[in-house]
Formats: sequence, C-alpha cells, structure tokens
Amino acid sequence: MASTDGAVSAGVIHDIGYQRYAGPRLGRRHVVTALYLHSLRTAFGLGRSAVAKIFPGIVVGLAFVVAVVLVAVRSRAGGVIPYTYLQFIDGLGIPLIVFLAVIAPELVSRDLRSRVLPLYFSRPLRRSDYALAKLAATISAVWLLLAGPLLLIFLGGAFSRSGGASAVWREFTDFLGGLGYAAITAVVLGAFAVPLASLASRRAIAAVVIVVAFAATAPVIGVIEAVGGTTAQQLGPLVNPATLLTGLETWIYRDDKLAIGPYGPLYLVVAVALVTACVAATVARYRKVTV
Amino acid sequence: MAEGRRTRPDRAGGNGCHPRPEDHRDRGGKAAQRHAARPGEGLRAEPRERIRVITEAAGAAAPYGRRVVPVIQTQSLTMRYPATLALDALTVDVEPGVIGLVGANGAGKSTLIKILLGLLQPTAGSVRVLGLDPARDAEAIRARVGYMPEHNCLPPDMVAAEFVTHMAKMSGLPRAAARERASEALRHVGLYEERYRQIGGYSTGMRQRVALAQALVHDPDLLLLDEPTNGLDPAGRDAMLGLIERIGADFGMSVVVCSHLLGEVERICESLVAIDSGRLLRADRVESMTRRRDVLVVEVDEGVEQLAAHLRERGVAVHRSGRELLVPLDDDDTFDLIVGAVAALGLPLHRLGQRRHGIVELFADGSADRAAEYAEEAGRGID
Repeated sequence: MASTDGAVSAGVIHDIGYQRYAGPRLGRRHVVTALYLHSLRTAFGLGRSAVAKIFPGIVVGLAFVVAVVLVAVRSRAGGVIPYTYLQFIDGLGIPLIVFLAVIAPELVSRDLRSRVLPLYFSRPLRRSDYALAKLAATISAVWLLLAGPLLLIFLGGAFSRSGGASAVWREFTDFLGGLGYAAITAVVLGAFAVPLASLASRRAIAAVVIVVAFAATAPVIGVIEAVGGTTAQQLGPLVNPATLLTGLETWIYRDDKLAIGPYGPLYLVVAVALVTACVAATVARYRKVTV
Repeated sequence: MAEGRRTRPDRAGGNGCHPRPEDHRDRGGKAAQRHAARPGEGLRAEPRERIRVITEAAGAAAPYGRRVVPVIQTQSLTMRYPATLALDALTVDVEPGVIGLVGANGAGKSTLIKILLGLLQPTAGSVRVLGLDPARDAEAIRARVGYMPEHNCLPPDMVAAEFVTHMAKMSGLPRAAARERASEALRHVGLYEERYRQIGGYSTGMRQRVALAQALVHDPDLLLLDEPTNGLDPAGRDAMLGLIERIGADFGMSVVVCSHLLGEVERICESLVAIDSGRLLRADRVESMTRRRDVLVVEVDEGVEQLAAHLRERGVAVHRSGRELLVPLDDDDTFDLIVGAVAALGLPLHRLGQRRHGIVELFADGSADRAAEYAEEAGRGID
C-alpha cells in the first residue's frame, strides 16, 4: 500500500482520471435485445475466434452451394422443375440438425461452462429474459440460415423464369411460402434444441444429446410404418420433430410428402404443444440454475 | 501493529474515533476537495459526494453515528437452506465507504451478497440496498450495483475488451458508451495493453482484473466483491487490494469486500462487518476496532529489569511482557516519567509508544480459536 500511503490525493485522482458515467442507462428491453443480437452473432461465429467460425461456416456454405446448384439447374431447365422452396428446406434436414447441434451448445452450454451466468443475473435482466433471448437467437439463426439461400433461389428463379410479371409474382408467393415454412422449421427445431443444450455444460455432450434426441425417434417411425395399421402410419411421424414438421408442411401446403390422412390439425396442435413445452422447459431450467 | 506512530497521545477524540489526518484512510479532506473542484458535476455524482462528506463529518463527531444513508440495511435477515442455516437473524447497517465483510468459509458471506443482488430470496427478515428492496426492485438495484463472483466467471474464448463491452451493454449502456467504458474500466484495472487478447490466455491475476473491470464498467454506486483476492499470489493480492482501495477512495463508489482473511481487508477497509455462522459478530469502523488502549509500550535494548524497578519505585504499575514493559497511561506525565527514568539510568531506548487493540480481538468472545486462525492466515499472507 506504499503507493497510496501519504500520497497527495489530488495527484492520485488526476493520474487515474476516473470519470463517472452520466449518460443514459437503457432499460431491460434494450438489454435483452443486446443479448439477443450478441447471441445471434455468436451463432454464426461473428466476433469469435476463427475456430468458432468453422462449423457454422461449413453449414452456411453447404446451404448456399445447394441453392446455387438449384438455381443453375433451374435456369437450364427454363425454370420449370418441380424442386421447390419447401423441398429445399426438407432437403437440408440433416445439415440443419448438425447446425443446431453446433449453435445451441455454443449459445447455451458455453455460458454454463464458463459460469458466466451470475454476471448476467446480477444485471438488470431476468432469468426468463436470458432464456428467451437465447431461444430467439437460436430460432433466428436457423431461419437466417434458410432464408439466405431461399432468397438466392428466388432471385435466380425470377430472372430465369419466362412468362413475364405473373410468373415472377407466382415465384414470389412461392418464395414467401418458403420463408414461412423456414420460420416454422426454425421455431420447432430451435425450441427443441435449446432446452436440451441447457442440460449439459460441455458443448460436445450437449451436441450429442441434440443429435441423439433427433435421431432416436427415427427408428420408432420406421417400425410403426412397417408394422402399424393405416392410422398408426398416419400418426407415427408425430413422434419426431423433423417428421412432425414434414407432416405439418403436408397439411399446410397441401402437398403429398407424407400420408397423414385427416390428422393435419393434430400435427399443428402437437407442434404448438411441443414448442410451448420446450420454451417453458427452458425458462424453468434457468429459474432453477444455481448461480 | 502501529505502535510508536506518535510520541505523544492525541486524546482529543477520547473515544478513539478521532480523525487521523496522517492516515490515508481518512478521506474527508479528499472528498471535500473533489466536491469543491467539481461543483457543477452531473446529477448522479452530486448526492454521493454529499453523502461521503457527511460520512466523514459524522465520523469525526460520532463515529458510527446516524444521518448517513446506509448502502445496505438488513433486519433479522434469515436464510435457511434445507440442510443449513446460512444467515441467522442478521441485523446490520452498512454505511458508504470501503466495507470489509469477513467470516470463515461458509459463514454466510456469499449468501448475503446474493440476497443483496436479489438472486436469492431470504427465508425471513428484510433487506434494503441503496434504499431499495431487492425483492421488489431487484432490477433497479442491479443496474446500480457491480458484482464480482468468487469463482472464475469469464469465458476463456472471448477477447477481454469484447467481453467487458458486452457486459456493459448488459447493464444498459448504449453501444458506443459500452465500448468506451469497457476500455476505461480495463485501463483502470491495469489491463489496457492486453485488452485485445483472449481471456483464456490470461494469468489468474489478469482474470481477476477482468472480473473487476466488468463489475465496475457501468459505473455502479456499490461494488460487491466476493473474495477478490482468491487464488492470487502475494504480489497479485497486494495489487488487487491497492486497486480496491483506490476504487473506494477515488472512484466514489462504496465497496463491499468479502474475505476470510481479516488481515487483508483490515488494510483497506473503513468499516468492518464480521459474521460467523450467519450471525453478526461485530460491525464497526475499523479505527474504533483498532482503537488505542491506554497502555504505553516501552522497549529498551538492555536494562529492562532495572527500568521496571526504577518505575515501580515511583509508584507506576509496570507489567513486563517479554522484552517489553507495559505501563498504564494515566496522563501525559507518564511519558515524562518514563523518558526521565530512561535518561537517568542511561538506557538505550528502542521504542516508546501506545498499544492498539488488534482487530483480531473483535473475535475475542468465544471465537478465540477462529480469531487465532484468522490472525495466522493474515500473518502468513497466502499459502
């Protein structure tokens, strides 16, 4: 303490030059928005080390490569091939799950692991705010991952399609439908992945938990399809989030991906229930977490 | 401890709580200077400056006197976990300044801090922080309080400047201000050059500095530091304590420093709250805990017995303690008597001074073992 012992106070103050902060202090909503944006950037590895950019980069690159190939093929075929926006999203099923298995632990488990939560919870935001911001960031990241390539496909399609303004308009409505389905996909898959990731503080374990949760129910559906009756076959896809989405798409967009029979509304109800339960579970998880 | 600081007793204060102008802890003059130097300062700073001045004024007149808005007030605060009673009807008022919260591991320090932040709900009793109730105004309190947890709480794969900026935003600062204050905070804790490095590559001392920087980045009114010297080597410990002392003195914040090492908080704190098993042992200003006892210590290089006999002849009740003689200080003549005796006998006088109460003695009632433990640890410094 020799430095301060007997030192003349004014000199010390001058050296340190501490300035009080008299500027604005924004409220909780701003804080939550800042956390959401920070998390969204983190999901894509922005503002992070090069290593953290690798996996999101691969998945984003893959999605764009598929989109570019699609645009090229469609332009050669004069814009009339049956591969649509919805099919593009369905086709990305496995890369999407991999993406979630990377970003959800990145956003959620990392904070648990580095025990940074006490710093958040000792600031003017609530535990539920934290949980919801992380959920929103995960969902948005998945949606953006899909929306970017969809936009590319739309632009490619709009310029290559013959048939004038009405054709472009039809392309545009298809595109909007694709964005809508991307949103549904993002909400269901994102909401499913975050509470799973919040169970483990090690990223690798959280990633495995997510992949297993998505993959575990697939054989069940296979068995149901093989041995079940018609009704069982129509209800079987409900047990897996990915096939649940396909069923939902079949009902909403009236295509014939899955044989769901008259149970379309049930798919919607189950999807809403799943998302609600996942959000509630995430909020409850952070209410319980000790700091 | 600080024997022999003066040759003559200053007994004006009587109760031992008089101001000590030579002491760096006394900040009345400092605060007053600053107050005068920056009269037109922003609204936020103004009341705090005033509070500090009042504290010092009140401190001079009535050391633990009123009229000061306590930063922390608890009333019969009780926290019961399923297995243990962490806080047991704790009632204490904490005034602005640098406050040491001491107690053994498991005494309830961290529990108290978490209740203050509104992170835990107490089982019973009431608590107010900066005049607000954590149960109802937790967010308002947290916007004005900075918290440094006792454990490592930093993401290793983030750059320090980015992290502190993010934490500033989490406290409600706009983006540009957050960036600026983060740089400033890191500079104040002495990490300006290294701030663009990843936290994972930092030493423990640097990490503790980052943790401190994130706690003060939003310019809080109250800092809660939970074991800020945890895991630091003696040099790092000294640097951290110096930093905390400066924050209290120059940044105009109140600081609560939790520690299980009495010796280190004693050095930097103005007042001390000692808890044991969730109960208040004592809360008081440090100088009244270490007040002068009316005993003079005399040390001569030779002729101790000779001097003792000489003094006893003159009716002084001398008590010998090792190489020291303890003489009750009746009035100022006692000094003259001793000096005269030493001169008459031609002895080499080594030391003549007043003895202070060791702060350890605040644990004297029934906690002697623990006090000894503290003293030992404090003396040893670290590991």
